[in-house]
Amino acid sequence: MATSSQPAANLTGTQDRETVILVQEIHKYYELGETRVHALRGVSVEIARGEFVTIMGASGSGKSTFMNIVGCLDKPNTGRYMLEGVEVSSLSKKELAAIRNRKIGFVFQGFNLLSRTTALENVELPTLYARISKAEGEKRSREALALVGLGDRITHFPSQLSGGQQQRVAIARALVNRPSILLADEPTGNLDSRTSVEIMDIFQKLNDEGLTIVLVTHEPDIAQFAKRSIQFRDGKIRRDERIQSRPRASEVIKNLPTLED
Amino acid sequence: MDLLAIIRIAMRALARNKMRSVLTMLGIIIGVGAVIAMLGVGQGARQTMQEQIQAMGSNLLFVGAGTVTRSGMHMGWGSTKSLVYDDMLAILRECPAAHAAAPGSSTSGQVVFGNDNWATRLNGTEPQYFDIRSWSFVEGSPFTQNDVEMSANVAVIGETVRKNLFGATDPIGQTIRINNLPFRVTGVLAPKGTSAAMGDDQDDIILVPLTTVQKKITGQPWLRWIMVSAVSRQGSYAAQEQMTALLRDRHRIRAGDDADFFVRNLADMADIADEAGRVMTLLLASIASVSLIVGGIGIMNIMLVSVTERTREIGLRMAIGATEGNVQQQFLIEAVVLSLMGGTMGIIFGLGASYVITQTLAWPVLVSPIVIAVAVVFSMAVGVFFGFYPARKAAQLDPIEALRYE
Repeated sequence: MATSSQPAANLTGTQDRETVILVQEIHKYYELGETRVHALRGVSVEIARGEFVTIMGASGSGKSTFMNIVGCLDKPNTGRYMLEGVEVSSLSKKELAAIRNRKIGFVFQGFNLLSRTTALENVELPTLYARISKAEGEKRSREALALVGLGDRITHFPSQLSGGQQQRVAIARALVNRPSILLADEPTGNLDSRTSVEIMDIFQKLNDEGLTIVLVTHEPDIAQFAKRSIQFRDGKIRRDERIQSRPRASEVIKNLPTLED
Repeated sequence: MDLLAIIRIAMRALARNKMRSVLTMLGIIIGVGAVIAMLGVGQGARQTMQEQIQAMGSNLLFVGAGTVTRSGMHMGWGSTKSLVYDDMLAILRECPAAHAAAPGSSTSGQVVFGNDNWATRLNGTEPQYFDIRSWSFVEGSPFTQNDVEMSANVAVIGETVRKNLFGATDPIGQTIRINNLPFRVTGVLAPKGTSAAMGDDQDDIILVPLTTVQKKITGQPWLRWIMVSAVSRQGSYAAQEQMTALLRDRHRIRAGDDADFFVRNLADMADIADEAGRVMTLLLASIASVSLIVGGIGIMNIMLVSVTERTREIGLRMAIGATEGNVQQQFLIEAVVLSLMGGTMGIIFGLGASYVITQTLAWPVLVSPIVIAVAVVFSMAVGVFFGFYPARKAAQLDPIEALRYE
């Protein structure tokens, strides 16, 4: 399918790069009793490899539904969703689980770590469901934890870690199977502003290395760290624009007061 | 995902709520323990009965004089006057499955020694009787074939008779009076106890030569019974058939008519007792297995609670790539680990209970390895059966809903 007709692609100037996510005219509605709730009313987006996109919008705007579909947790009623050239909406539940395991890394607002399970074992979890050997899984998990700056805390339990550290464990877990995209659903929602910027610093560095990131947030000052911003309203995309002057999170941290002050 | 990893995850999940896991296991522990103890007691009871029947003599067959019906009234067994000494000789001659035989007549007697007296069963027989019944002597010896030929006044007494007549006195060589005739005691029989099959005291007996009873006490030449030992336990069935055919022929009983004798096979009675023991064991075990089912329901209950509590965990696992099968497997294994651990402890508890029963009842309690193997398999089956529904429920959660669950 030709991508020249996609305004979003032209806007962000990514038409020459490999497309990772291609969403075309998707509709999603829920039957609540006799009323039909239309969550998505024809959404089309193309996201290329190496992009860093924030999804913004009020609650009920359809952004969560969009993220669930992109994350292969849900299927659209109509429309097409291609992930790395694979038509996802035709896959079985088992195939979807495999896609979530290999191609998508999830980061949640509430971290969702298993308690009484060490940081290392939490990160290893996705490797258990992939057909990766125990030794290889552990090696990758250690690497992922080192990548997020927690190489020295691998035997800590979540209760022994701060919120920011817990979220970094969750990011390491999302990265361990080397996914094509990282989906973050309000990853800074439970964190103070300094820690939030630290997390955004990690995302920016991962993105610098070529990781595609899609991030949902309420906060405009978090969204500014991305390269592209998509705004949802009433189940449609209202704005899709490139962020012009993007600050570096590592620079912002220097100007923030430390927690002790 | 390999099984060992799943088992480790299950163990950790169970360790998270130690108290709850132990209480849940308690149902299975009691269930398996009760089944094992009951099967052990049942097996022990069966064994005891078998031993008692064996103690009556090995491969024993009993030919009794039949009943007569006079004017519609049954006269009781032994009332026919048709079983004779020649019948016994014929059995030995013509039935290949019969190994040895002893004739017998029975009456009752009043026995007096000094100032003590005792009413007991008085049997006349021949010396091979003691071999056939494998009845040994505590003191003295049996009377001899010579005593039989001489119709000698000699007697062998059972333990109950010895106790009641002699007390501390040594009975050997003493003279007792039976129905006012003097008899010299030659031997005391080893106690056999109460018969499990018949329920009577086998030691309450006096045995004297057959001819002495026939000529000096009853004055009747007929036999009341013939005790036969078969060549083997299996051979006792053949012996039964051969003797029945032989005696029907000798007594000229037409086909279809009732015989004037009966042949009872101890192997038969052993089978009946064995069957009764089996039924009792089964009954006890099935009552005990009810508690195993109750324990299983406990597991199901706790697993359902666990699934609800861990809804977010399930959602997360699905989001990071667990299939429905993975989730179902995880919870199923957890239920099985729970029930297997309970089952293992139940086996220990059951063995302990069996030991206590052995000590207090002085009964042999037999717990066979098969019973233990069955208990392990059964507790695992309980885990699978009662864990299936909660596991299915977990697997069918919607990951989006589950992740949002508070």
